Amino acid sequence: MEAVPSFFETHSPSRYKGVWSWLLTMDHKRIGIMYLFSILFWFLLAVLLGGMIRLELMFIGQTFMSAEVYNSVFTLHGVIMIFLFIIPALPAIFGNFFLPIQIGTDDVFFPKLNLLSWYLYMAGGLIAIVSLFSEGFPDTGWTFYVPFSISTRTNVSTAVFAAFVLGMASMLTGLNFITTIHRMRHRDMGWMQIPLFTWSLYATSWVQLLATPVVSITLLLVIIERYFNVGLFDPAKGGDPILYQHLFWMYSHPAVYIMILPGMGVISEIIPVFARKSIFGYKAIVASSMAIAIAGSLVWAHHMYTSGMSDTAVFVFSLLTFVVAIPSAIKVFSWVSTLYKGSILMTPPLFLALCFIYLFSVGGLTGLVLGAAGTDIHVHDTHFVVSHFHFTMFGGTGFAFFAALHYWWPKMFGRMYDFKKAYIGAILLTGGFMFHYVPMFILGLQGMPRRYFDYLPQYEKGNFFAGFGAAFMIIGVFLMIINLWLSLKNQRDVSSDPWGGTTLEWQTPSPPALYNFITEPVVPDYPYDFSGVVERYSKDDKGE
Amino acid sequence: MEKTHHSHYLEYRTLFSIFLLLLMFTGITVGVSYIDLGVFNVWISLLIASVKGSLVLLFFMHMKYEGRALIFSFLGTIFFLFIMISFTFWDVSFR
Amino acid sequence: MASHPDESGKKLGMWLFLYTEIILFGGLFVLYAVYFSRYFGDFKESGKTLNRLIGLMNTVILLFSSFAVAAAVTAIQKKEKKIALTGLATATLCGLIFLVNKYFEWGHKIEAGIYPNSEKLVSGPHGQNMFFGLYYVITGLHGVHIIIGMTLLIISLVFVLEGKVTSERFALLENSGLYWHLVDLIWIFIFPLFYLII
Repeated sequence: MEAVPSFFETHSPSRYKGVWSWLLTMDHKRIGIMYLFSILFWFLLAVLLGGMIRLELMFIGQTFMSAEVYNSVFTLHGVIMIFLFIIPALPAIFGNFFLPIQIGTDDVFFPKLNLLSWYLYMAGGLIAIVSLFSEGFPDTGWTFYVPFSISTRTNVSTAVFAAFVLGMASMLTGLNFITTIHRMRHRDMGWMQIPLFTWSLYATSWVQLLATPVVSITLLLVIIERYFNVGLFDPAKGGDPILYQHLFWMYSHPAVYIMILPGMGVISEIIPVFARKSIFGYKAIVASSMAIAIAGSLVWAHHMYTSGMSDTAVFVFSLLTFVVAIPSAIKVFSWVSTLYKGSILMTPPLFLALCFIYLFSVGGLTGLVLGAAGTDIHVHDTHFVVSHFHFTMFGGTGFAFFAALHYWWPKMFGRMYDFKKAYIGAILLTGGFMFHYVPMFILGLQGMPRRYFDYLPQYEKGNFFAGFGAAFMIIGVFLMIINLWLSLKNQRDVSSDPWGGTTLEWQTPSPPALYNFITEPVVPDYPYDFSGVVERYSKDDKGE
Repeated sequence: MEKTHHSHYLEYRTLFSIFLLLLMFTGITVGVSYIDLGVFNVWISLLIASVKGSLVLLFFMHMKYEGRALIFSFLGTIFFLFIMISFTFWDVSFR
Repeated sequence: MASHPDESGKKLGMWLFLYTEIILFGGLFVLYAVYFSRYFGDFKESGKTLNRLIGLMNTVILLFSSFAVAAAVTAIQKKEKKIALTGLATATLCGLIFLVNKYFEWGHKIEAGIYPNSEKLVSGPHGQNMFFGLYYVITGLHGVHIIIGMTLLIISLVFVLEGKVTSERFALLENSGLYWHLVDLIWIFIFPLFYLII
C-alpha cells in the first residue's frame, strides 16, 4: 500500500551498507531491533539455565550437576535475567522503537548516545561471558552480598564490572528518553496527551537515572574492597556489612519498578485497543506511574528484615511498603474497569495481557505477605520469595514483554503471525507457570530455603511438580518465539493499523519509514478515543 | 516548545564578585572550625558548604535562569539524596 | 530531522547526567554519614592529621578555576574568543595543580603508613580506618572526576580554537563547564567534611 520504503530498506546514515548499516546506525528503530535480538539471545539462555536449576531440584540429592556448578548456575540465571533481560527488555527494545513514534517525532534526542548504550549493553554481556571462563563465574547470587562476595575466590570482580557497565547503558537510555520526551514531542502534544506507554517510560527513566548510580558506586566498592581491602564493609576493621545491603537495595528495590513500570505501560496500551473503549482513568494511571516511581524509592530495606537491622527500621519500612501497593492497585482496577462493558476483540496480545493482570495480582498480593514484617520473618529467603518475585517479574514483566512482542510485531516487521500457535504457546506458558510456581509457594511456607542445592525428603513432591511446570513453560516460550520467527516468511502485507489502535505508531506504515512519518501525524486531543475505530470496524462488518 | 536559545549571560564583574563571596565563605568555614561547638560544628560547616554550593549552582551554573523542569528535577535529586541518607538512619540510630 | 541544534535540550541532557554523578557520590556520603555518627571521636582525631593548608589551597584553586570556566562561557557568548581560551586554559592548569597537590598529600600519608589495609590503620582504632578508607575512596573518585573534567575542558579548548564552538553553538563548552562546576561543587562538601572537623 505504501510507496515509501521502510526503515529496513533505507540506511541511516546512508553511507553504510550491509552489516555496517546496522552496527553504525543512528536510527532508533534499528537500534531497537538490535536490542531485540541481543536481549532475546540472553533471555533464552537464562530460560535454559533456569530449566537446569529446576531439573537439578526435581530429585533429591545430586541429579546432574555438582553443588558448585549449581551455585554458579543460579547466579548466572539471576544476573542475566535481571541485568541483561528484565531491566533493558521493554525500555531498550520497545521504548527505543516506539517512544519517538508515539510522541510524533523522528528519533531520540541523542541518537549517538543511543547507539553507545547498545554497545555498552553488548560490552556488559561480553564481560559477563569472559568472567565465566576465567576463574569461574561467581557463586554469590545476583545480590553480591558482602562479606562472601569479597572473600570468595570466584571471579566476582569481572561479573560486578559487567553489571556496572550494564548500569551505565541503562542510565544513558533513561537520560535519552527524558530529554526526548521533554524536547521533541510533537508541537500539538501536551503532557496529558502522551500515550501511557511513553508515560510509563518517563517514570521509569527517572528511576533509572537516579537509582542506578547507587548500584554503580556499590559495585565499584566491591571491586575496591577486593583489590585494596579498605574494610568499609568489614566489621573486623570497623565497617558495617549491613550498609552494603542498604546501598544495594537503594538501587535494587527501585530497580524492580524499572522492570515493572514499562510492563504496566504496555498493558495500558493493549487493554483499551482490544476493548474498543477509552482507558479508564488516564490521569490516575499517569499519576500512579509517577507515584510508584517516587514511593518505590522509599522502601528498600524491606529486603532486610532478617539481616540484623534495627526494629524501628523494620517497622518504618514495613509501613511504607504498604503504601506502594496503592498505586499498583489503582492500575489493576483501571484495566479491569476498561474491560467492563467493552466490546472485546480476543487476540494473542490481549490474552497475554489478561494473564498478566491475573499473575501480577497474585505476585502483588503475595508481596504484601512479604512486606509485612511478621510474616516475612517466617518465609524470608524461602521458595515463597522466589515464587513471589517470579510472579511479578515473569508473570508481570515477562508476560508484558510477550504481550508487547505480539502487539507490536506486525508494526515492527510488517508481518502477521499465526494466532493459533501463539495461543497454544501462551496457554502452555501460563499453565506451566502455575504448575511451576504455585508449588513453590507451598514449599516456601513449609520452610524450603532458596538457593539450596539439596533438600529434605518432604519437599520432593513439590519440587518434582515445579520441574514439570518449568518444562511446559520452556516449550511455551520457544513455541511463541518460533511462531513469531516463522511469520517473517509471510508476505509483508500488514496495514498501517491492523489492531485498530489510536496512538501515533498506527499512523505510520508497517514497518515504519526511515523518519517514521510519511505525512505529518495528526495528534488526537485524547490518545484513547476509539469512536473512529469503532465506526470503521462496523462499516467493515457490513461489508461496505 | 520554545526553540529559542537563552541569550542570558553574566558579566565578568558579577562572576568575580561571586568568586569573592565564595572565598569569604571559605574563610568563615575555616574560622568556625577552630571554635569547638561539638556536633554543631559539622552542621554549621555543612550549612556554609550548602550556601557556597548554592552560589556555584545559581550563578556559575546558571540555575537561576533555567526553566522549571531543571529546577524541580534538581531539587528532586537532592531530595532523593536526602532520603538515601536519612532513611538509613532509621536503621543506624536505633540499632 | 535530527540536525536542528537544540542547545537547551543538550543542556538538559547534561544536567540529567550531573544528577547521576551527584547520586554516585551520594552513595559514599551515606557511608560517611553513618561512620561519622558512629565514630565521632575517631573522625575528629583523624581529621586533625590532614594538612589543612593544602586542603584550603585546593579549595581556592578549584573555586578560581570554576570562576575561570564561568568567565569563558560568558566570553564565548560575547564573541571574545581570547578570553574564552584564557579562561579554559587557566581552569585546566588549576586542575593540574590540584592533582599535583593531591599527589603530594597522598604521598605524605602513604609514607606515614596510612593507606588502605596498612598495618597502622588495621591495628589502630576502627574509626580511624573508616575515616581514611573513606578519605581515599572519596578523594580518589573525585580525582578521577577532575581528570575527566580536564579532558572535557581541553576538548572544548580545541574546539573553540578551531572555531567549532561559537557564540551560536556553544553547548559543548557550556556542558563541559557544567561538569567542571559539579566537580567543584562536590569538593565544596568534601573539604569541610574531611579537613575541618575538630
